[in-house]
Parts: sequence; C-alpha cells; structure tokens
Amino acid sequence: MLSSFSAEILKLYKRPANWTILAVALILSLVFNYLVPYAGYLGADNERMAEGILAGMMPENLVPNSIGGFPLFAGALALTFGAISVGSEYGWGTLKTSLTQKPGRMALFAGQILALAVAVATIVLVIFAFGALTSYAVASSQSEAMDWLPVMDLLRGISGGWLILMTWCLFGAMLAFLFRGMALPIGLGVVWILGVENLIVNVAAALLDFADDLQKFLPGVNAGSLVAALGGRAGETPGVNTAVDGTQATLVLAAYAVAFVVAAGMALQSREVS
Amino acid sequence: MGKPLIETKNLTKRYGASIVAVDGVNLTIRRGEVYGFLGPNGAGKTTTLRMLLGLIRATSGSASVLGHPPGHPESLARVGSLIESPAFYPYLSGRDNLRVVARYAGVPKKRIEEVLGIVDLTSRARDKFSTYSLGMKQRLGVAAALLKDPELLILDEPTNGLDPAGMSDMRELIKNLGRGERTVLLSSHLLGEVEQICDRVGVISGGAVISEGTVGELRGRGSVLVKANPLDRAREHAEKLLGPERVEESDGMLRLDADAAAVAGINRELVNASIEVSEIRLAERTLEEVFLEMTKQGG
Ligand SMILES: Nc1ncnc2c1ncn2[C@@H]1O[C@H](COP(=O)(O)OP(=O)(O)OP(=O)(O)O)[C@@H](O)[C@H]1O
Ligand SMILES: [Mg+2]
Repeated sequence: MLSSFSAEILKLYKRPANWTILAVALILSLVFNYLVPYAGYLGADNERMAEGILAGMMPENLVPNSIGGFPLFAGALALTFGAISVGSEYGWGTLKTSLTQKPGRMALFAGQILALAVAVATIVLVIFAFGALTSYAVASSQSEAMDWLPVMDLLRGISGGWLILMTWCLFGAMLAFLFRGMALPIGLGVVWILGVENLIVNVAAALLDFADDLQKFLPGVNAGSLVAALGGRAGETPGVNTAVDGTQATLVLAAYAVAFVVAAGMALQSREVS
Repeated sequence: MGKPLIETKNLTKRYGASIVAVDGVNLTIRRGEVYGFLGPNGAGKTTTLRMLLGLIRATSGSASVLGHPPGHPESLARVGSLIESPAFYPYLSGRDNLRVVARYAGVPKKRIEEVLGIVDLTSRARDKFSTYSLGMKQRLGVAAALLKDPELLILDEPTNGLDPAGMSDMRELIKNLGRGERTVLLSSHLLGEVEQICDRVGVISGGAVISEGTVGELRGRGSVLVKANPLDRAREHAEKLLGPERVEESDGMLRLDADAAAVAGINRELVNASIEVSEIRLAERTLEEVFLEMTKQGG
C-alpha cells in the first residue's frame, strides 16, 4: 500500500490540473470571504454596516470563512478532483500499467484513497492558511484588535472542513470507478451538488413528507449543517443550513464517505481492466 | 527441467453469448525460452496475455504464472509486461513516468536510468510523454516492462509502430533479453519477427492454438525442385537415388524430399544419364505459407 501511496502522491503532485483546482478553490475563497467584503467595507454608507462587515473578516471568524463554501463550490471542485484523479486512469489506460506492477488491486486502491485524503487535507490547510494571512492583514491594516480562535476550535474547523471535502472527493472518485471515465462523473456529480439537492430541499420537501425526511440525509444538506455547527452563518452563506445538528451531520458524512469507499473498492476489485 | 513458468489449461474467455475470444488454450512455457505467440488480428493473443496478468478473468479453465494464479502480487513482482499499446501519464516526462511505475513496483530509483539507457531514451527522458513519437512511446513501454529486471517478460506486439530500423533494434534487444535465464513471451502477427527471435512458436487462430513447435518444425522439411527433360527418365533416376516415396511430380517439375546437401548429387546423377537439367533449386516453405495454410483451415 505504501508503494502505491508514494506513486499516487507523485502523480497528484506533478499534475497541473490539480494545482489549477487548488488555485481556483483558494481564489474563490479569498474573493468571496475577503476581497468582496473588503470592497463593501470601503464603500459602506454607514458606520454600523462597515463595522459589521469588518467584524466578519476578523481572525475569530476564520473557520466559518474558510469552510463556508465547502458544501457547494469547493465541494464541486473536490468532486471534480476525485473524478479526474480516478477517471483519467481509465481514459489513458494507465490502470493496466499500475495493476501489472506489484501491489494487488486492494493495496493499490488503499494507497490511492490515502493519497486523495492527504491531497484534500492540503487543500483545506492552504485555504485556512491564506484565510488566516488575509484576515491578519485586514485586521492590522485597520488597527483592529485580533482575537485568534482557540486551537481546539481551529482543529475542529479544519477536520470538519476536511470531512466535507473528502466526502465530495470520494463521491467523484466512486462515480469515476463505476463509470470508468471522468466526463460523466463530473457532470452527474456537479448536477447533484448544485442542482438536485437544491430541488429536493426547496421544492420537493415542501410538497412531500418523505422528501422532507429524506433531505436530512442528503450529503450536501449534512455538509451545510456541519458548517453551521462549526460557526457558519445559516441562511447567509449559500448551502449552509441548520437542518440537523453537528453530531448527526458528522456521522452522516462519515457514513457516506465509508459507503463511497466501499462501493468504489468493489467496483475496482470486480471489474475487468482492458 | 522443473515446473513450467507459464501453464494454462483449457483457458477460455467468452464475451457475451457469441464471442469466444480465447477457446481452450493450453500453453506450456518453459524457463529460459523465447516463446512466440503468433496469430492474425483478432486471434485472441492480447486477451490471453491479459488473462495471464490478471487484468481480466478467464471464463473457464486455469492458468498459473510463476507458480501462482494470474495477477497474484508474488508473480506480478517478477513479471514485466507491455500489453497492446503503452499507457502512461501524458503530463509526466518519460523519466517521471518510470518513477511512478518504479514506485508501484517497489524498484530502486537507480534502475530507471539503466532501463532508459537500454531502450536508448535517455536524451529525451525529460520530455513529456504526450510529446513522444509512437516509437518512443513503445520504447518507454519496454523500459517500464524492464524496470523489475523480470524473470518473465510478456510483450504484446512490441514492434508495433516502429520504423524498420527501430524494429530491427527492438528485435535485437528482445533477443538479447531472452539470452540466459530470462523467459520471454512475445506476441506478434509478423512471421519474420517470430522467425528471427523465437525458440518456440504457438500459432493461435480464432481463439485456439492450432499448432506448436520450433520454427523449423512448423515450417517442415524443405524440398528440391527439378526441371528436366525428359521428365519421366529423370523421375526414374531420382526414384533410384532417393526411393519412390520421396519423389513426386507437380506442375511439370519433380519435387524431391531432400535437403540442400543432396542437390549436387542429384544433379550429377541426372547429367551423367544424359538428362537435360534446366533448373534445380531448393524450395523452402516460408513460415508465411505455413501460417496462411494453417490459419485458413483453422479460421
Ligand atoms: N472487451 C471485449 N469485449 C468483446 N469482445 C472482445 C473484447 N476484447 C476482445 N474481444 C474480442 O476477442 C477477440 C480477440 O481479441 P484480441 O484483442 O485478443 O485479438 P489479438 O489477437 O490481440 O488481435 P490483434 O493482432 O489485432 O491485436 C476479438 O474478436 C475481439 O473483438
Ligand atoms: Mg492484440
């Protein structure tokens, strides 16, 4: 497993598309959490509004600012990341190259999932690090008092954010294993994240009782609730909600992550490779 | 002689109800030999090799590779392979691709430069795989197959896409690789290639192995063709010399079951009997003739 892990890490590190995904996730995060609010702050009509905007950018809000976009847009990027990492192996035919080296299929698979987990952790840490720097820069430029959040809160925020992105990444990876490619998985996955869940929550749930119950078990809804439980602003940030509490959200996401891994592993193990 | 390196028993692969890609193949490949797996397009060569590597599963029958079932990590660790076309990561350089493969295989890094040298790709190793010519891609595929310094090398049409010089280099390389203990299983639809490189040949057609033996055995003995006048007297003398069962007549010529060493003697006998010999030559069946004959019957 370690041999395939190190091979996977080398591939992920050297692939330009992965750096593009990281850059887009980071830029979107900084633009909507800091750049746009900062512009709004400079142009605010009144003192109270300006104060409010500035407070939102302060270091104590690092967690909700960093993970606020994870249920939707960063989630879609994580899904794309998972789908291209797995799916392009089918397109290039490289799966036969790796499978005819030494590790068995499951060892190879374990190394691959582990490498994705490390890569997703890197994405989360980079977003937190740049968020922290930006909010430090804003605070010191406005001579605001800086209240850094407790380390435990920071760790909970980072691990919660990792769980959300990892679940979406595994969703993309699983679809790629099932469909043996990447185009369809990206399309279906993004439609699910940005469209289908929305329809279930906003349309179907109001009309059908079972849809109302069902929404509490959707991955996106639970991701949004986890963000809210970690300090996110429900109703204000798209995708963030209070449908369920933090404990349930964590458990449901973890269950999805495990289920995606199992389904993906079974697909790889049982299918033929040509 | 020990256990064969590869042994298959009634190995069969079906796709759906109608396609039998591989049909009850029995192969025995011994340590140290260079075995040619010869067959026309669609004969089932690649499918058989994929089964031997555990990429696809046999519908029925069994195979063992280096004493393990196909795809077992213990056997994969000792097998280098290139199946169909070389598959690598387009965004990585040739060298980085080999680094990835070496990591999967658990092979030390210094081996990478060695195999790049063997296939003569060192000077282009820094370039991206996507920029490689077909021949360079093929050579990188062979380099990857050699990383493990494998006991068994499985090469599926390794000269595909190479120019004449490249083909000749590749054949030389495979011959050298096959010297000594290493075993090579090479598939090809090129007779000349198999003839040059291989110790033993299995001919596959329509999914079944229809013949097996050394190149010489497959080709059969040569014969001597004689054009003479008068033909019936020539026949009498030839029969006296070789025995009637070794002489036949076709297209106004005598076909004698004899080899090159006998040509001079036959000529002297006929000329001494005042028979006019206008042509005497050796007729060796080419492997191509044999092959076409066999695959026509088989297919
Ligand atoms: N995945 C598949 N699904 C259906 N049929 C298949 C599949 N793979 C191979 N076949 C069929 O099996 C037969 C043997 O194919 P195979 O690729 O083994 O031939 P080959 O001897 O390698 O030919 P070539 O010299 O063209 O490479 C062909 O009829 C092919 O169409
Ligand atoms: Mg083939």
